[in-house]
Amino acid sequence: MKAVCFVKSVPDTETRVRLTGNRLDKSEIKYILNPYCEFAVEEAVRKKEAGIVDEVLVISMGPSRAQEAIRSALAIGADRGVHIEDDNLDGSDAIVTARVLVEAFKKEGGLDNYQILLFGLRAIDGDTWSVPSMIAELLGIPAVTNIVKLDINGNKAIAIRMVEGGEEVFEVELPCVFAARKGLNEPRYPSLPSIMKAKKKPITRYTISDLGIPSDAVGKVGSFTEVLEYTLPPQRQAGKKVEGEPEQVVEELIKFLREVANII
Amino acid sequence: MSCEKEYRSILLDTAKKIAKKYPLEYWMEKDEKCEFAEEFWKDIVDAGFLGILVPEEYGGSNLTMEDLYLVIRTLCENGCGMAGNWYICLTEVFGALPIVKFGTEEQKKKYLPGIVDGKIEFCMALTEPNAGSNTFRIETFASKTEKGFVVNGTKVFISGADRAKGMLLVTRTKKLSEVENKTDGITLFLVDLPNPRVKVSPISKHGINYSHSCEVCIEDLELTENDILGGPQSLHKGWKQLIYVLDPERIVFTAAAIGIGMLAIKKAVEYASTRKVFGEPIGSYQSLQHPLAESYAHLECANLMALEACRVFDSNGNYRELARASNIAKVVAVEAATRAVYWAMQIHGGYGYAKEYHVERWWREINLIRLAPVTQQMALNYIASNVLGLPRGYK
Repeated sequence: MKAVCFVKSVPDTETRVRLTGNRLDKSEIKYILNPYCEFAVEEAVRKKEAGIVDEVLVISMGPSRAQEAIRSALAIGADRGVHIEDDNLDGSDAIVTARVLVEAFKKEGGLDNYQILLFGLRAIDGDTWSVPSMIAELLGIPAVTNIVKLDINGNKAIAIRMVEGGEEVFEVELPCVFAARKGLNEPRYPSLPSIMKAKKKPITRYTISDLGIPSDAVGKVGSFTEVLEYTLPPQRQAGKKVEGEPEQVVEELIKFLREVANII
Repeated sequence: MSCEKEYRSILLDTAKKIAKKYPLEYWMEKDEKCEFAEEFWKDIVDAGFLGILVPEEYGGSNLTMEDLYLVIRTLCENGCGMAGNWYICLTEVFGALPIVKFGTEEQKKKYLPGIVDGKIEFCMALTEPNAGSNTFRIETFASKTEKGFVVNGTKVFISGADRAKGMLLVTRTKKLSEVENKTDGITLFLVDLPNPRVKVSPISKHGINYSHSCEVCIEDLELTENDILGGPQSLHKGWKQLIYVLDPERIVFTAAAIGIGMLAIKKAVEYASTRKVFGEPIGSYQSLQHPLAESYAHLECANLMALEACRVFDSNGNYRELARASNIAKVVAVEAATRAVYWAMQIHGGYGYAKEYHVERWWREINLIRLAPVTQQMALNYIASNVLGLPRGYK
């Protein structure tokens, strides 16, 4: 059995986001492997270490920096990478991204080769939460998102999905899409020996023409949605301190919750 | 071979993640309880950091001094402070490095795999009660016998000797009074610890209490010529070997100084940006801004000089060039880091004196580096006499 992880390169969580006008200023951004994708890669590698999976492929679409995300995944323990890079892809939305990833996946043998398709639940930059389900739909296979546990038994998987107030337990037939959330595992940091091994692992590169995708099907032109502008969230206001005797303070707080916060 | 740029960023990311795993309170506790940081040690061993300089055939990664320097700096500046350097220096710089560079095949096989997997910690026994900055005056003597050597002497401030399984022991095999050139007759031995002939007693000290520095008394310790670093042919020729330990030691302590300085600056900036005394955050006062900005600028310059020292080391450059660059980097980094920690404490006001704000710990840590591995004054003496060509005031 083989597993594939779809990963994304995103700005480091410590990056200070700056805007130039209403566009994102990318000049000083440091990029990392999306933390949710780390859960996906870690899970796939653990399945390999447990002897359940015999190859872990990593696929990423994006500019040259996407290769760094792939390399990070290889250093965690994935076996090889596929990088889809093409200037025409700039501005692609979630559905275009899903279509391109599916084509690259098919080029690698698709569902004939890979039975476990792992994703991060969300990318911490675009935050659309939608690509895993879109890909499942495009491939006509089930998807279990938001998972905190994944057990593979032969051709079946048991996945536990977090929902509000509890968990849902799914039994699904493979192939299936799984989208990882925090709690699925504790991703390792790549050790130096694994980083040295990663250097020898191959990364295949595709352009959209390699995948038989016309240029007007991707990028801004091919997308349903377009980002018009970026704005920073409003600056946090300083908290209000209520002082005095307990009865007085409680009364004032209730008044605040009713009239200002409109919570009660 | 150095780690390629793409992979080095993953390596440094791993260092950063390990550092972040240990909050500042962890180090406060380890320092207060005088406990070895076992968990941290295991993590840096598992990450392969003890094998950065070790060839692959002995389990290491065969990378460069530059990689080692950057890993240590990253650990130090992301929360570990001195601890990011300390354990690695003791075992990798005092143990792995000289063995990789000068050891016999037998010595490499005996020590290197154990160093890489964290089973063999190391220490270096150089300083003596009557010989600190003047190494040539060491009195620990290895007398020739029929079977090999018998060593007697006392060493002091030997960090990690209480835990170490291996010791790089610096001895004289010819008396100073009997040699023409004072560099002649110094011999380095590899000694297995613990050993009943080697008595180790920890010395209570100012800071860095997650590791003990010890007095080491050696009484009739029997060694053979195969215990000489590099084997019998290296007898009396230890000085040239020692240089390649002492300069890298300056390099990694420069990484520590820069790391501690940067850590203090970050803490000071955070505090000064929110602390209000007269309405505006105190960080808006230029009398507090300038010392931080200046320390930061000097630390970045020292970093470039340290990288230069790494480059010289990694390209097997001339040892004078290496000593020049590593002494300059050390002097500038320590001056700037001391200033940075001083001002971080000043900015914190009374809180800077409280343990829970951590700055006082870094103050105790940075204080070591103005004294060791070499005092600021001796490093300046080196620059003055060996680089500028001024007459020496001491022989």
